Amino acid sequence: MTEPLFAITDRPISVEDVMKKVMRPEAGAVAVFAGTVREWTNGKRTLFLQYEAYVSMAEKMLAQVGAEIVEKWPGAKTAITHRIGKLEIGDIAVVIAVSSPHRAEAYEANRYAIERIKQIVPIWKKEQWEDGSAWVGDQLETTAYPSGKPEVKEG
Amino acid sequence: MIRLLFFAHLGEQVGEREVTWLHVPETVKKLKDEVEERYGVSLGRVMTAVNEEYACDEAPLHEGDTVAFIPPVSGG
Repeated sequence: MTEPLFAITDRPISVEDVMKKVMRPEAGAVAVFAGTVREWTNGKRTLFLQYEAYVSMAEKMLAQVGAEIVEKWPGAKTAITHRIGKLEIGDIAVVIAVSSPHRAEAYEANRYAIERIKQIVPIWKKEQWEDGSAWVGDQLETTAYPSGKPEVKEG
Repeated sequence: MIRLLFFAHLGEQVGEREVTWLHVPETVKKLKDEVEERYGVSLGRVMTAVNEEYACDEAPLHEGDTVAFIPPVSGG
């Protein structure tokens, strides 16, 4: 059975399962990142989150992130699983595992992966605040755009 | 005929996640103009994917394409 390295799921994510996908004899390091649902953002309380994805394309774009990593850090191997649906505080939204012969590349590549997810992978987060809800619309997770007319922010 | 997909706030504004568009405009830009006019939405900051590949405004459209409107993403 071959588990896909890049997946969108509506089930809870097992950190260990994602990590196991990249473990191999050539690797001396595995960097694992878990993105979790935060309760407080600038003094505002989140009750829960709703994630939505363009699933087929999102899985392809996650694979592209993995391909970019191999290009930049030859020898690195990446697995990413992102969860969609309703997530409660503390739930894991995304797990990124990168293995490589040495730790420096694993750390760097893992950081690169989360930044690229926030740029190119079609996944959206809807915040259910204590006092309302809004789609979160930029990579810094600070600007909501309930009107659909967000301010343009230069990256 | 092309298939349009709307995500996140766009799906809520349009009231549909998926729409069949009978007319096939020549380019993404022309489709965006038609969609903005039809639904009163702004696609200014919205990215477009044609058949699951990001496409620029000048990209041509063809019968049977699937066009997705992708607001700024916020995964992670």
